Amino acid sequence: MIEAKNIDFYYGNFQALKNISMKIEPKTVTAFIGPSGCGKSTFLRIFNRMNDLIKDTQMEGECLINGQNIYDKSINIDNLRKDVGMVFQKPNPFPKSIFENVAYGLRVNNMGDKSFIGQRVEESLKDAALWDEVKDKLNKSAYELSGGQQQRLCIARALAVKPSIILMDEPASALDPISTSKIEELIHNLKNQYTIVIVTHNMQQAARVSDNTGFFMLGELIEYSNTKKMFLNPEKETTQNYITGRFG
Amino acid sequence: MNKKVSQNIAFFIFKFFGVLVIGILFSIIGFIGYNGIQVISWEFLTEFPKEGMTSGGIFPAIVGTFYLVVGSLIFAFPLGVMSAIYTTEYAGKGWIVRIIRIMTNNLASIPSIVFGLFGMALFVNKLNFGDSILAGSLTLGLLVLPLIIRTSEEALLAVPQSYREGSLALGATKLQTIRRIVLPAAFGNIITGLILSIGRVSGETAPILFTVAAYFLPKLPSGIFDQAMALPYHLYVLATSGTDLEASRPMAYGTALVLILIVLIMNLIASFFRKKL
Amino acid sequence: MHKQKIHRRILDKITEKLLTLSGALTSIIIVFISVFLFTEGIGLFNTPDIEEGYALYVNSENRIDNLSPEETKQIFDAEVTSWKAFGGEDVAINVFRLDAIFNFYSENELGENYELLPEKLGEVISREKGIIAFLPNEYAPQGLQVRKLETATVTLEDYFLGTDWIPTATPAPLFGVLPLVLGTLLVSFGAMIIALPLGLGVAIYLSELAGNRERKLMKPLVELLAGIPSVVYGFFGLVIVAPLVQKAFNLPVGETALTGSIILAIMALPTIISVAEDAMRNTPLGMREASLALGATKWQTIYKVVIPYAKSGISAAIVLGIGRAIGETMAVLMVTGNAAVMPTSFFESVRTIPATIAAELGEAPAGGAHYQALFLLGAILFVFTLIISVSAELISKKRHS
Repeated sequence: MIEAKNIDFYYGNFQALKNISMKIEPKTVTAFIGPSGCGKSTFLRIFNRMNDLIKDTQMEGECLINGQNIYDKSINIDNLRKDVGMVFQKPNPFPKSIFENVAYGLRVNNMGDKSFIGQRVEESLKDAALWDEVKDKLNKSAYELSGGQQQRLCIARALAVKPSIILMDEPASALDPISTSKIEELIHNLKNQYTIVIVTHNMQQAARVSDNTGFFMLGELIEYSNTKKMFLNPEKETTQNYITGRFG
Repeated sequence: MNKKVSQNIAFFIFKFFGVLVIGILFSIIGFIGYNGIQVISWEFLTEFPKEGMTSGGIFPAIVGTFYLVVGSLIFAFPLGVMSAIYTTEYAGKGWIVRIIRIMTNNLASIPSIVFGLFGMALFVNKLNFGDSILAGSLTLGLLVLPLIIRTSEEALLAVPQSYREGSLALGATKLQTIRRIVLPAAFGNIITGLILSIGRVSGETAPILFTVAAYFLPKLPSGIFDQAMALPYHLYVLATSGTDLEASRPMAYGTALVLILIVLIMNLIASFFRKKL
Repeated sequence: MHKQKIHRRILDKITEKLLTLSGALTSIIIVFISVFLFTEGIGLFNTPDIEEGYALYVNSENRIDNLSPEETKQIFDAEVTSWKAFGGEDVAINVFRLDAIFNFYSENELGENYELLPEKLGEVISREKGIIAFLPNEYAPQGLQVRKLETATVTLEDYFLGTDWIPTATPAPLFGVLPLVLGTLLVSFGAMIIALPLGLGVAIYLSELAGNRERKLMKPLVELLAGIPSVVYGFFGLVIVAPLVQKAFNLPVGETALTGSIILAIMALPTIISVAEDAMRNTPLGMREASLALGATKWQTIYKVVIPYAKSGISAAIVLGIGRAIGETMAVLMVTGNAAVMPTSFFESVRTIPATIAAELGEAPAGGAHYQALFLLGAILFVFTLIISVSAELISKKRHS
């Protein structure tokens, strides 16, 4: 369970998020939509403190994951990021073999011995629906895979450390339609085990994969509700305008 | 929290290394600066060495180094810039440029003593210039050529393509475009290379050992076929083979400081030119 | 008007031709350098292996036909005292130099302009069975019992595998470059052991840890470190580092291989730091973020993602650092003590190839064997650095596409 309370976020003097509060239930898929530059990616990166890496930024407010404020001083960021996985916009496998890519998180977190790692890699690749395509070339470089396969490899890499939450930042924006539909199918299957938050600029995608949707604009959370309701019967006029394509 | 601990240790070490390297630099400059500043005076800069190089000044070495800097750059600077113009403006992107670039890198990596050998064989012996400012300048010129080529290339590549297109579209020839548009735009950065070369040439010893440098001369050189004293060689002599090493130590500190100051000032001027762009 | 245009066009053509020519300049220079080094040096293998203008003579009953330079040296240094050692009879070796003739004859007996000298020399050699005489050709001894030893030329083996570099020895100078090659490698190796951890550490610090302000401050300082002339480093090493080394390790002298390595390490640092830092900074942000997002610490990300990604650039940095160390002349000349012996430890004096050239070329008469030997050393150095430069090129080409 993720709970954000009154979050403000600044890049230098520019306020990118304005007083955002939101609750996300476990084992659901939540989509963030909105025009580019609206703050949806910034908000996503609040959940695993990825924004810490950007210089000259500032955050106010609280973000609780399972009741714990992840911005508390006592929090170990590495453990947090292990528990909150992330898949990025562009597939970014490491210059290592397919196997080593998936094993990476296990190794850096000292999880398990050799046989355990082998087993987890296989499970994760199966969960990411990639196993059948790569099982004969696990030692080949990850760069030999197609773009869509690389992205599923990155998902497998995130799954391997058994996070409870997976953040996806426009995971299909760099992919072709067939690869995209595979990723979407995958998200659907993963929902049983993980809490998934996905940022997308593609409203149809949000409608297809998510249970709840948050609509962001100019750093504000305009509307946050059940996806069906949002797309069929939005409360706010701005939402209505965006969904029907009047701006964006 | 094992991995956190190893991170802290590693980062501490790297930071320490950083401080250490800066410390080394400052200890060298500080040591030579402290000892040298007590020696440097107007007399030190304008007088000849006296009493077996244990007192007096380093004037002839300063003059010699000045001649060598001017002599080497008169010949290397235009050639280097021309070579850079050829590779950036004419040669395109094919294998020719690749070979030229590899050769330039190779030339840059050849040890300075090898240039000394070559200069001695070709200029001093074969062409019969003898130990002379001419032979030394040519040798030093070859040595700094790669530096000039590389900085000039970077300078020319930094000129936006749109400048060239704008000029060509007005009916200017390629050569006119280079002369009137490209070179003026790249001027500041090309000058940076020239200034860095001055620092480099002033400090090199090995190439001049057998081509020009004299242990001691009672008068200033009067032509390009004369031998000359030079600052770096003078420091070498003072440090290792003077008549009384202990007594000439202060002279050595002063000479070393002058050398460091030349490099320091050239670096400062170069960064000034670089910033202006 | 029209004529002017033609002039201008001809001028343009000439300028363009000149530009093309200057493009080939560096290649031409490199070809020139290699040709000169080799042609000046290669003559060494055609020069006799004993001093020019001299020859060795023995009693004709001696069974020895020829001696290697090494053997000649052993004889004249009295390290070997019997012909048996070289396969001859068990007769004591009697070394004879020209001035020893006065032990046998007075000046009067040799004639007015020493015209009787060859004859008398022949008499001495004929008398002594174990004699070996080193004599100038103009006084070549005459007599039935005299035999001139065959003079060989310096061989490749003498040069490349010889363990003694004594270019001024008489009658047979020794040109074994092995101690110099090993000295160079030892000092450079030591320098790398010191400079690599330090340089790579600083590169990591600059590219991964330092803030913008620190980097802006440190980069010019590192550049300055590169700009300080090598003779200044040598001077610093001589007055500061050498005494420190001497005290720290309780040595008889401070000018050792270790001192050279320390100074070379400092001099190689800027190259290693800047090339390695460039390579590491080129690691894409996405790659770092992916690693951090998996719960890796910053340090784990650096050594598991950034360093492997920058591997080729880092290797190039190392290779270029080695190149810098191998070719450095003045600083090493001033601080390593320059004993041309086979190096055995870091705490002894050694001599490198560049230092040998710098120290000896001034005294070697142009065209002589010593001069040629030094040019060959230059050629060896040239080949070393060419290999290094080209391999650095190849390594950094092998970037990820």
